[in-house]
Amino acid sequence: MSRIFVHGLGAVSPAGWGVPALRDALKRNSPVQTQTLVRPGWKKPLHVRPVPEPVSRPVFFDHPRLRRANLIAQFTVAAALEALGKNVSLVQGGWIRLGIIVGVMAGGVNYSRRFYEEVLQNPRTASPLIFPETVFNAPASHLAAFLGSEMISYTLVGDDGTFLQGVALAAQWLTDGKVDACLVIGAEETDWIVADAMKLFRRKTIHGEGAGAILLKKDSGSGAIAELAVITDSFPFTQSQSRAEAARRMRAHLPSCASNELLCCGEQDTTENAAWKDWAGARLAPKAILGEAFVAFAAWQCVAACESIRQAEFTAANISVVGVNQQAVGARFLACAGAG
Amino acid sequence: MLFPAPKNSDPTGANRVVVTGAGIVTALGIGWQKNAEGFRAGRNAFRPVTLFDVSRQRSKIAAEVDLPAELPTTKLSPNSICRLNRASKMLLIAAHEAWTQAGWNAVENLPVVIGTTSGEMAFGENYLQQAVRFPYSKKAQPTRVVHYQAQQQGLDLCNAFDFSGPVTIVSNACASGANAIGHAFEMLRGGHAEKILTGGYDSLCQLTFAGFDSLQALSTTPCRPFDAQRDGLTLGEGAAILTLETLEHARKQNAEVLGEITGYGATTDTHHLTQPHPEGKAAFAAMTSACACAKISPEQIHYVNAHGTATPHNDATESVAINRWATDHAKNLPVSSTKTCIGHLLGAAGAVEAVACLMALRGQWLPPQISLHKIDPACNFEIVRDPVDKKIDTALSNSFGFGGANAALIFRRWP
Repeated sequence: MSRIFVHGLGAVSPAGWGVPALRDALKRNSPVQTQTLVRPGWKKPLHVRPVPEPVSRPVFFDHPRLRRANLIAQFTVAAALEALGKNVSLVQGGWIRLGIIVGVMAGGVNYSRRFYEEVLQNPRTASPLIFPETVFNAPASHLAAFLGSEMISYTLVGDDGTFLQGVALAAQWLTDGKVDACLVIGAEETDWIVADAMKLFRRKTIHGEGAGAILLKKDSGSGAIAELAVITDSFPFTQSQSRAEAARRMRAHLPSCASNELLCCGEQDTTENAAWKDWAGARLAPKAILGEAFVAFAAWQCVAACESIRQAEFTAANISVVGVNQQAVGARFLACAGAG
Repeated sequence: MLFPAPKNSDPTGANRVVVTGAGIVTALGIGWQKNAEGFRAGRNAFRPVTLFDVSRQRSKIAAEVDLPAELPTTKLSPNSICRLNRASKMLLIAAHEAWTQAGWNAVENLPVVIGTTSGEMAFGENYLQQAVRFPYSKKAQPTRVVHYQAQQQGLDLCNAFDFSGPVTIVSNACASGANAIGHAFEMLRGGHAEKILTGGYDSLCQLTFAGFDSLQALSTTPCRPFDAQRDGLTLGEGAAILTLETLEHARKQNAEVLGEITGYGATTDTHHLTQPHPEGKAAFAAMTSACACAKISPEQIHYVNAHGTATPHNDATESVAINRWATDHAKNLPVSSTKTCIGHLLGAAGAVEAVACLMALRGQWLPPQISLHKIDPACNFEIVRDPVDKKIDTALSNSFGFGGANAALIFRRWP
């Protein structure tokens, strides 16, 4: 059996740019301030949790492929570069064969909405600059171009659990020897149309945006942060399997609570709480702090959990992802010293 | 478990992967028979667009699918059926044909891997229009939100055939269908599953049509891939689904085998978001990688189903890549693009063209490009221009997409 290790973490979130900002917000355990977003046709604005402006302008913003790119691409690249760290130059130099997997649910919705509005007004003047940015794989493409990486790259679409599907896929590519390292990124951006749509289902949920990234390798050597121990099956929500049943089955695939272990879950809704009612250990539920950001949120869960392992706060962390409309899937990361 | 891999998994990929069912929906018709007849004759299925207003677009034609009045009987509830839109219906029809042909039964843990560029985008368009025109109206909006999303079409398949398992949606632009099949192939080859439902789908929608028109990538006449005077692509819609199994599993089930998948290569072209590298480096690498995977040389490929969109950039790049990859073999290598019959099906293209390859291998014929006027002199290879019977054992299918997603699949005749 091949062992897979986490070698880098990256995050852009409503808390700011970088993993430290994410970690600080979770430590404070108080919701990140919301901002208002004009909803056309409504007197009242929508409330969202956008990513704040970066303290200093990232250099990569000036790259020709990223000057006009949508926010989701910028978040993707920022999180990826943070996770890669010093590996960036090794990838750019062709020393590391890098696989790229980006997971999204709403994707580049801002440009999609803008482009379609232009089409409705007059298709003859709809912008040919915007249209290519509407494809789901535009962020992955920009990242690959920035890194000069010509290896395999997939963009996966689905709900929150898609991030863990991506991690499993990365493990498969690494095990098969297809790549030397693999970035898995979950990314979303906010827009009034997504926040508006979410209100139809969960009135109190605040939409957030950003990206989370983890860098995986087979190598357990220096720089390894945590070991990937398990990704459960994906349990889809179907006519014959309710969301609650899917969550319960996912939970059954992860171990019982042990001391010094963390459970990183979602918003602790009744479904997820019922599935994890036996868990007596530490819990982290970042959704109330950061907002609902679908695949990016699941990425932040993994980043936060692995960071807590890196900081030696816990020896293991279980990830519970009970998605919004597709699947329940879980994962478990271990401290490297406890691996095996 | 998605990880660690099952104990019987094999990173060396020793399992052989076969196709035991294939379903297809295109503007040529519903099902294998009608499409095989159309591809073999090189029939062109383009007509004026009726699905949305194109009066202010440069191009006004596409290859629209005529959907049947009734869907095949499945386990979808009547309410669920009412909520299906165009893309979902095409996907369901294709999946039903493949599922029935393979003789599969409801099971636990059957993976679904499908490719699409835009899921049920028409629902997204309708959502935005209503949200802007009637900001306080919620009528039908929740249904549009849920069914717009591609994962819902995957879950619809689970419900239709009463199975459960991971639903993976690959959205690598116009290579999505090929990447989905390639991913399924690799999962089976590596022992991560015994059988997988895979393929691709996309329906025509205003956003995409206007998008390609804005790029001036659409031709105003039926597309002519590899023609010296080609002037753009023509859009189409459709779906194709394959039931893939390991050979061992298929034999245990006494399944009829339609063909074998032997190779897959996927690379990324970093040149530009929409334009391929002029030297076709990534396309060449994808074809080379697929051959390495299949452990064969280009001389052993008997037919290439080209991506062949008929845009000046794509076909020029693909020609360079095929010339370089096939070297001296190019002059004897038959190549054609079935987009000349059904248009560019975007996320469905790779899957539909995979089925076209299987049809050619099963029937021992080559799909022609009837509409070709004058072959681009950049093509060192032979373009199939007339219907012809031909003994072929292997076929390679290319799929290239926005964002530089490049994929190549290799199929082998069975037995």
